[in-house]
Amino acid sequence: MTFARILFLSIIAQIYLLSSSVFAAQPIKIGALFAITGPASFLGEPERNTAQMVIDEINKAGGIKGRPLQLIAYDTQGDTTKAKQLVNKLIKNDKVVAIVGPSTTGDSMAIIDDVEKAGIPLISCAAGSKITDPVKKWVFKTAQNDGLAVVKIFEYLNRKKITRVAILTVSDGFGSSGREQLKAHAAKYGIQIVLDDTYGPKDTDMTVQLTKIRGSQAQAIICWGTNPGPAVIAKNVKQLGIKLPLYMSHGVSSKKFIELAGDAAEGTILPSGRVIVADLLPASDKQKKNLQAYVKDYQRHFKVEGDHFGGHAWDAVMLLKGAIERGGDSPAAIRDQLEKTHNFAGIGGIFSYSVQDHAGLTKDAFVLVEIKNKDWALVK
Amino acid sequence: MVFSEQLAQYLVSGVTTGAIYALIGIGFAIIYNSSEIINFAQGEFVMLGGMFTLFFLNVLKIPLPLAIVLAVLSSTFIGVLFERLAIRPLKKPTPLGLVIITIGGSILIRGVAMLVWDKDTHSLPAFTGSEPIAVAGATILPQHLWIISLTILSIVLNKLFFQYSIIGKAMRACASNRRAAGLVGIDVKKMVLFSFIISSALGSLAGIIVAPLTMTSYDVGIMLGLKGFCAAIIGGMSGGLATVLGGILLGTLESLGAGLISSGYKDAIAFIILLLILFVRPQGLFKKADTERV
Repeated sequence: MTFARILFLSIIAQIYLLSSSVFAAQPIKIGALFAITGPASFLGEPERNTAQMVIDEINKAGGIKGRPLQLIAYDTQGDTTKAKQLVNKLIKNDKVVAIVGPSTTGDSMAIIDDVEKAGIPLISCAAGSKITDPVKKWVFKTAQNDGLAVVKIFEYLNRKKITRVAILTVSDGFGSSGREQLKAHAAKYGIQIVLDDTYGPKDTDMTVQLTKIRGSQAQAIICWGTNPGPAVIAKNVKQLGIKLPLYMSHGVSSKKFIELAGDAAEGTILPSGRVIVADLLPASDKQKKNLQAYVKDYQRHFKVEGDHFGGHAWDAVMLLKGAIERGGDSPAAIRDQLEKTHNFAGIGGIFSYSVQDHAGLTKDAFVLVEIKNKDWALVK
Repeated sequence: MVFSEQLAQYLVSGVTTGAIYALIGIGFAIIYNSSEIINFAQGEFVMLGGMFTLFFLNVLKIPLPLAIVLAVLSSTFIGVLFERLAIRPLKKPTPLGLVIITIGGSILIRGVAMLVWDKDTHSLPAFTGSEPIAVAGATILPQHLWIISLTILSIVLNKLFFQYSIIGKAMRACASNRRAAGLVGIDVKKMVLFSFIISSALGSLAGIIVAPLTMTSYDVGIMLGLKGFCAAIIGGMSGGLATVLGGILLGTLESLGAGLISSGYKDAIAFIILLLILFVRPQGLFKKADTERV
């Protein structure tokens, strides 16, 4: 190859590189950490699917001010060590401007230090209230705090004049957080916890705990867990002929619970995000349009209805989109604009962040639903 | 509610859970006795039973009774494959090597089940309705009666098989002395295969009859397998009544412990018993110690 030829080729290459940077705008890189596999995959999988779906749609519609978004998603497997390695990879190698996820509270807590130090905004999709309490400068979240669900149940109990409850919580992160919140809020609502018991996430028979509850003074049972435990509990309640009303957490607000518990699920009341009852909401509801669009969209892409877990990622990406549209793509500008988000009607609720509040939701993010005829009904 | 009624419920819950542990435990014991292998993949056959039934019932739309039979057959077939492909080819079968192979096999079976089916939990319909039945102040479901009666039936059949059939006798011969059995013309390898057939069939049956109560998913085998193993250890690895008693004892202690002390300790109780037995009476609770004859 002659020298002239090499020169010629390198000039061509130069022109090509220049032109591509001029004509096709640089993508805005957004990082994502989700527990796509592993025990929390029921959160991470719909979240990853949703984030990719939303970003593809934004790009199809011309991106943000002509610049496409690029999603760089990694799988934490619900493992805090992996989350920590991957967040550094996102920040240092991929040079993302913002991060959505992680899926679990444990993973989120593990990486807070890293994003705070690097100054990269993080929108967590996990529920634990300690993620944004106390407020951290760079950390936001979209999943509803457990405490809000507890308040929703307690308000209803007050209306029903029920004051003595038995709580039955699963002995994992979700259950112990729920247990803390139940105990923390009880006094304020004049509710007395007469029996406080737990069960293991893999337990297959809870008649023993329920027998204890049957022998107590409780007027209602509140169970805090994710499938399949609560379905076993619903069946056991029926088996033991316990007539007390059964309340569940938002951890079972999917059709899966009804499928698993069958007839035993009838009459169970639980707080839930609006996504599962999108079609039942009054037309005046601000979230209704987005909810229905999301559920249908997800169904078209992935053959199952969108759930509230995927909704957390929808909210995170859309919140970022709004912030970038308003303030540009530098991490600091995104953070400042996120904090100014006001009345954004998402999937999880209506978000209004502020300097004091990086969780952004009120108890109205939840509605109470009752299971009737194997389907959801709104509790008025 | 009076304390005696509570106690009755704890005992009933314990016995029904214990029956399942017993059924799984016997599977462990049968394989151990004919081949000295502790088959840690036993729990996976419990899972396969439930998942296959679900598959035949929901995907292929086969009626429940037939789906159950097919599920037992399919799981047994996997048991045969497992013995043929993973256990038999081993040139120098050391106990440690075999244990590691069965653990590896269980991880493989679980992983394949997760990929072929899914990660979700599923429920099977109860065999005959779900109206609770009152028994001495406690309530049980028709499914519990199925569990207890099928457990008794399979134990009786087992006993008859091992006591009176020629294959059963040959297997017992292997259990008492492999070399001698081989010398009198018993095909020891075939007996090992038979033991895998019987125990995978029993395991899958256990998985099927509990699924309507406890649900099933690709990973139910781990805990149930370990509890079955505990039952077998308490029973001193006997293929008969001792393991059944072991299972029922374990189930009852678990439910009494959870009811009277704290439900947080439920699994701990099982494993404390396991350790105690292994330390103090490794030959099992109901057996006299083997005497060394010189």
